[in-house]
Amino acid sequence: MPAIVVEGLQRAFGEVFAVQGIDLAVDEGEIYGFLGPNGAGKTTTVRMLTTLLLPTGGQASVAGYDVVDEARQVRGSIGVALQEAALDPLMTGRELIRLQATLQGLPTAAGRKRADALLERVDLSGAADRRVGTYSGGMQRRLDLAAALVHEPRVLFLDEPTTGLDPVSRKTIWEEVRALNEDGTTVFLTTQYLEEADQLADNVGIIDSGLIVAEGTPESLKGEVGNPHVELLVGAGEIAEAERVCRELGRLLPPKDAKRVLLEVEHGAADIPRVVRALDEAGIGVESLELVRPTLDDVFVDKTGHHLEPEEKQEDEPAEDEEPTPA
Amino acid sequence: MSNLAVSARVVRALGARSIRQTFRRPQLISPIVVFPTLLLAIQTGGAGAGIELPGFPPVQSFLQFMLAGSMMQAMMLAGNSGGIAFAVDIEMGFTDRLFAAPIPRFAIVLGRLAGTAALGLFASIWFFAIGLIFGAHIEGGVPGTLLSMALITASALAVGGIGAAIALRTGSASVVQGLFPLVLVVLFLSSAFFPQELMIEPAKTIAEYNPFSFIVEGVREPIIAGIDATQTLEAVAAIAGIVALGLILSARALRHRLRVG
Repeated sequence: MPAIVVEGLQRAFGEVFAVQGIDLAVDEGEIYGFLGPNGAGKTTTVRMLTTLLLPTGGQASVAGYDVVDEARQVRGSIGVALQEAALDPLMTGRELIRLQATLQGLPTAAGRKRADALLERVDLSGAADRRVGTYSGGMQRRLDLAAALVHEPRVLFLDEPTTGLDPVSRKTIWEEVRALNEDGTTVFLTTQYLEEADQLADNVGIIDSGLIVAEGTPESLKGEVGNPHVELLVGAGEIAEAERVCRELGRLLPPKDAKRVLLEVEHGAADIPRVVRALDEAGIGVESLELVRPTLDDVFVDKTGHHLEPEEKQEDEPAEDEEPTPA
Repeated sequence: MSNLAVSARVVRALGARSIRQTFRRPQLISPIVVFPTLLLAIQTGGAGAGIELPGFPPVQSFLQFMLAGSMMQAMMLAGNSGGIAFAVDIEMGFTDRLFAAPIPRFAIVLGRLAGTAALGLFASIWFFAIGLIFGAHIEGGVPGTLLSMALITASALAVGGIGAAIALRTGSASVVQGLFPLVLVVLFLSSAFFPQELMIEPAKTIAEYNPFSFIVEGVREPIIAGIDATQTLEAVAAIAGIVALGLILSARALRHRLRVG
């Protein structure tokens, strides 16, 4: 049974359609990556699916419940970690998780036990009694994730969970998401990071201007935009000869600069020896050679005509062993 | 656990959070305690001879007369602070966390109001303590003290309802904070700090119909004279009216917020 089914979902704000009638289905136990640039409609979609915003058209069900008519059942089945971790800086981590347990209807003793276990799981036991305002960005995201898990939800919504985090904190969150998914949790993850969708998602939906422009597994989407290519860096004055040799081996792609030759190769790495032999026989000196596979950005460009370039706004991220400045 | 029991636990937990939040944020607690206490000290020190004026109700001291007004001021500022804190929650997205939980959403508003009511109770205890320390006599004794405290607590809930409605409607802490001067205007146009009989027009007529005058008289009477059923009932009616208005406005603002996101 699909965990999330969306049919013709729309949301208009006055005359402006933030989401213009999207369809998607997410299977139970899947990680679905919802990829798109800022303002594409990702957060609006998540807010509708988590019952925080009423749709103005279409329908959607989450965990088998309609997001409008059975909103409370939906809320009982989902965990939500929204963009920009919505945490009270004046509460301690432990207070926040315990409050979340109460909100989810856990009895006091069970809530306390669960809070301790979750704080341990996200490696925040040592900081549990400190105010959230003193946490680093990565710690706040981990706390937010822990809070979303307090009632062991069937479906977990993560809205840009790693935006602004440094690579180490980002990887920690990824590992946690993978572990949750292995435990059977369905994850709906919005992101503007190509690598994140590529690394984590079983299926990816690409949204732009409120419309889903592509959907499928990362591999199938990348396969749709073409074969891998070999990027050759050759010496000055040898470009023309290198292009002539390569043209006999396959299709040349538009070069990035005057020192490189881009050759599409149908069989990926298996084609490299053939390329190297041909260049060597022609006496062309190769400074470097790299096999480049299509990325989700290539898919995005192919479908929308522009690049997906996230605004990189990295949060101040003290090292875990550092004492962050209190707020 | 029944829905009602879960809602009651949520209201209690959110009320407790709201109290902690107020005490951890100096800018929220200072208007409730520091400002009214300073005003009480200045007024009793500088205008104490006012009780000699013809028409001034018979009181033991100006401090005894002023206690109700200070409690009203603290209570109204507690309501305003509650509204500001609620708006801050909306601004930083914390209310989304609450709205995404499987609880009746009005329990979230009630949780905030429970915290505001508790702060009203705290303010009344604070001013009774100050009054007793500085020699004010409470004519209504323990029952009168408890009655005044109950009226202030209920009033805080009522005013908090208006603050919560404005916070929900605007989602802006600055807008709610901007109501601070209005709180003082409403109070000065009531009998909180001066007997109605000694006011001049049009303030006198405004004070006569100002619901906060009914509340302050209901709180003051047990302090300066003893429990009076009529004034108590008038205060209760005024509080009930403001509670109803606050809850209706809050419910409408909540619906609006959930509709527009």
